[in-house]
Amino acid sequence: MSDLVVQLTNTSKAYNKVDVLNDINLNLNSSEVLGLFGHNGAGKTTMMKLILGIIKPTSGEVNVFGHNPISKNAWLNRKQIGYLPENVSFYDHLTGLEVLTYFSRLKSAPKSQVFELLEQVGLSHALKRQVKTYSKGMRQRLGLAQAFLGQPKLLLLDEPTVGLDPIATKEFYTSVDNLKTSGASIILCSHVLPGVEQHIDRAMILSGGKMKALGSLEQLRAQAALPITIHAHGLNGSVYNDPALNIYLVNQSNNQNKLEVEEQQKLTVLRQLLSYDHITNVHVESPSLEKLYQHYLSDSQITSSKGEYS
Amino acid sequence: MIPPIFAVALKEFQDGLRNRWLISITLIFAVLSLGLSYYGAVASGQIGSFSISSTIASLSSLAVFLIPLIALLLSYDSFVGEQESGTLLLLLTYPLSHQQLLVGKFLGQGAIITLATCLGFGSAAVLLAITSDVENIFSAFGLFILTATLLGLSFTAIAYVISLAVNEKSKAAGIALIIWFFFVLVFDLALLGTLVGIEDGLSQNQLVQIMMLNPADLFRLINLSALDTNDVNGVLSVAVNSGTSTTQLFISMAAWILAPLFIASIIFKKKTL
Repeated sequence: MSDLVVQLTNTSKAYNKVDVLNDINLNLNSSEVLGLFGHNGAGKTTMMKLILGIIKPTSGEVNVFGHNPISKNAWLNRKQIGYLPENVSFYDHLTGLEVLTYFSRLKSAPKSQVFELLEQVGLSHALKRQVKTYSKGMRQRLGLAQAFLGQPKLLLLDEPTVGLDPIATKEFYTSVDNLKTSGASIILCSHVLPGVEQHIDRAMILSGGKMKALGSLEQLRAQAALPITIHAHGLNGSVYNDPALNIYLVNQSNNQNKLEVEEQQKLTVLRQLLSYDHITNVHVESPSLEKLYQHYLSDSQITSSKGEYS
Repeated sequence: MIPPIFAVALKEFQDGLRNRWLISITLIFAVLSLGLSYYGAVASGQIGSFSISSTIASLSSLAVFLIPLIALLLSYDSFVGEQESGTLLLLLTYPLSHQQLLVGKFLGQGAIITLATCLGFGSAAVLLAITSDVENIFSAFGLFILTATLLGLSFTAIAYVISLAVNEKSKAAGIALIIWFFFVLVFDLALLGTLVGIEDGLSQNQLVQIMMLNPADLFRLINLSALDTNDVNGVLSVAVNSGTSTTQLFISMAAWILAPLFIASIIFKKKTL
């Protein structure tokens, strides 16, 4: 028995001989948050289904809490797993309270938790209303409350912030942080990249069923060697005329003073910029998750097109 | 803590109450049986009094159309509906096995059918017992209610097979309609055609055995063999006198509940979501 919560070893899944997931390796530790990114059809949902034990891998192994999730031994562990599917519309004719009560019975969670969770996701005012009157955001919150039922040690959340307003999104990430602190591992699958960064420990980028990258954001940044963007304000033409700086200018024709530098030259360039007295402001931006994502995906497109020609 | 199987059953039962299924089926059955017993008597020229066997005979021939239709309507989207809304996938990640979900749903929806049959036909029986002085009302209606329930349960189980075998609700509805049409109409017409068209084609025993392949025929067979044979006509009158024991017929009906449930559970296990 290992401490690993989820362990995928050379896992592949094919539907009708078409590979949906190809040779995935992943070790997820307890109280770790993994961001899972990829286009539609990249295999994110399939990966979640494998971990949940709904489908069997075509080859390779899946271990969740040290058991194959399909086996009978894994049965009791299911109470410790929370799942939010991507597209779920709950029983429309039931009220929010009835829906959550039903799921709590199935998970043997105490009835008191139903009210706590409805309060936590901000649905206490609507618990006696039928789900069909709920807005998209409210349905999403109900889905989240459902996933948080019991004392989950592993959460799989497929597009959790879709339909949530900014405040609800912030509250959601607070709950994620709290659950992480209490020892739960979380796999977060998302298209909405901004805002996720601070809350994930590692990211996995999937494309066409293959794993393109896996690591902490620092590791991915180092690996991708993407330039850092520096905006300098108040310099007018000085940057353009400075031979030490103008080679980094993104667009030489206008005077927008946007520079892109490698990690190693960052400090040199900053010192040079600050040596100008009339600099009013400077803004340094590390490559965002969005850029990393684009980098790894465009990278994979190049390699795959190369593969086609060879 | 409620065991998960009963949590599912309870939800299905409450759904049946909420959708007014229970109340409408009960009403349909009650009105049908009361109407038939009074107007049936009028049609045979005797105002006021009625014959229990002619009532049961006409009730059987109407119920045999209605009950399968109602059961199929109640249950055809039981699984495919949840599959389309995504809750089936979610339920399967819960500590709930495929069989528990299947049996739970069957218990819940089966309870709706059972209760509606008992209340609907039972209330008619009580009313008839109060207003007329005919004997054996309760034993005749008792058998009728029991078999009607079995018939309903059988078609509920058949509906589950349909609901699990297809991936679209509309397809499930279409197939349910075809299944209903086949068992209720086509089967008997084909049987009648064989009897009339081919001389000495079927012995009486063979006929009964073939009728066991149809739960709707079993239902009629059990009810009509308990009556005065004067009120029975058609293919059934041939079969009724075959001497097949009622126990045997009941066992066949039970098989028509268990076999579809078993097939449904196999399909469910192999289903990819």
